[in-house]
Amino acid sequence: MGSAFSAVYVRDLRLALRRRVEALLPLVFFVVAISLFPLGVGPEPQTLRQIAAGVVWVSALLASMLSVTSLYAGDHADGSLEQMMLSGQPGLVIASAKAAAHWTVTGAPLVLAAPLIGLLLDMSTAGLLTLVVSLLLGTPILSLLGGMGAALTLGLRSAGVLLILLILPLSIPALIFGAGAVGAVDSGLATSGHFSLLGALLILTALTAPLATSFALRIALE
Amino acid sequence: MPTNQPLPSSVAGLPTLEAVDLGCRRGNRILFKGVSLAVSTGQATWLRGRNGRGKTSLLRLAAGLAVPESGQVLWGGTPVRRSDTFHSALLYIGHANALKDDLSVTESLQFLARMHQRDSDPVALHAALDQVGMGSRRDAMVRTLSQGQRRRAALARLALDHRASIWILDEPYDALDADGVECINALLHAHLSRGGSTLLTSHQAPGASAPDMAEFDLDPFG
Repeated sequence: MGSAFSAVYVRDLRLALRRRVEALLPLVFFVVAISLFPLGVGPEPQTLRQIAAGVVWVSALLASMLSVTSLYAGDHADGSLEQMMLSGQPGLVIASAKAAAHWTVTGAPLVLAAPLIGLLLDMSTAGLLTLVVSLLLGTPILSLLGGMGAALTLGLRSAGVLLILLILPLSIPALIFGAGAVGAVDSGLATSGHFSLLGALLILTALTAPLATSFALRIALE
Repeated sequence: MPTNQPLPSSVAGLPTLEAVDLGCRRGNRILFKGVSLAVSTGQATWLRGRNGRGKTSLLRLAAGLAVPESGQVLWGGTPVRRSDTFHSALLYIGHANALKDDLSVTESLQFLARMHQRDSDPVALHAALDQVGMGSRRDAMVRTLSQGQRRRAALARLALDHRASIWILDEPYDALDADGVECINALLHAHLSRGGSTLLTSHQAPGASAPDMAEFDLDPFG
């Protein structure tokens, strides 16, 4: 079981390494989208500081959605998915490994880039730290939900649109509590409530999304 | 090469794959119904039928990838989708080769072997590739291979796998040249003499070097 997880995880990372430009696309989108805001909204530090957390979180959400549509499509098209599901390994393990690999390739770079981006928007040190922690808790939720959406829409013609309609509403709580944590620290309030809720969301998603994904994959293959 | 060793379970009599009164529907169309078929030990069955008759659908049902509309597929008396031993006994190679374009031939096969808990040692993988005449291309990226070479690489799993007792092959001879067909037939002979069984489809006749096959015509069941 552990070997199946590492086999899928290592393979997906290796595939991402072989297609570096494609793998970096979400990060590029994230950085470009955020750096457009000062140009569009105007360069007043006060305004930027106020919208910073929301802008970073929304961009992270959209960057994750951008890359998740192809999570299972390639494996479905070339027959790898069939072979994985036939291997007798639990679908749960395969879905978890795919989501973990997606987070490593997409989510982790966003978390790492967030402090730099935050500086661009003139965020305070405390705000930056809160932003990083909230993204650290929140981006895995996006990968898990995205994997579920990708599996549910696998093989459909308008998969991209459906996926966004399915997954965006589910990811709104993460957005609210993630961006809310930074807002709280800026107004001098405690962030522990926001972090606890984000953590609870992460645990709930980690327990349910891979299971739903594995059922969706079985249905998609029939 | 343990080609002449009998399979471990042959002492107790190998379980056989059996389709009982099988029916398959695609949308509103009934592809076939009332198909009963048994693939017994040491026997190869050649599934025939016109295009669109449902040969691939029947193979997918037999492999447990899909649920039949009616009837059932049994492995040693247990439905395949509920059997604990079927996954380790089965080697299914579909129309898609399940190789990743951005991995090398060896890496692709190694991943599949690890997923299926088979021998993923590079030495064994290279020996298997040698057997299908792909030894010189073992480190080539899959995307640089021709169709025939991809098919050979996918079929190298036949040479690697001495544990599977039932092979389900969808058009194994597709895109292969005369030499490739010979290689596959040699592997089939070895597999059958070990007491394994095979269910395959093929548009062209498998050739003079092929083992004796029982023919099963799907046309009357439409």
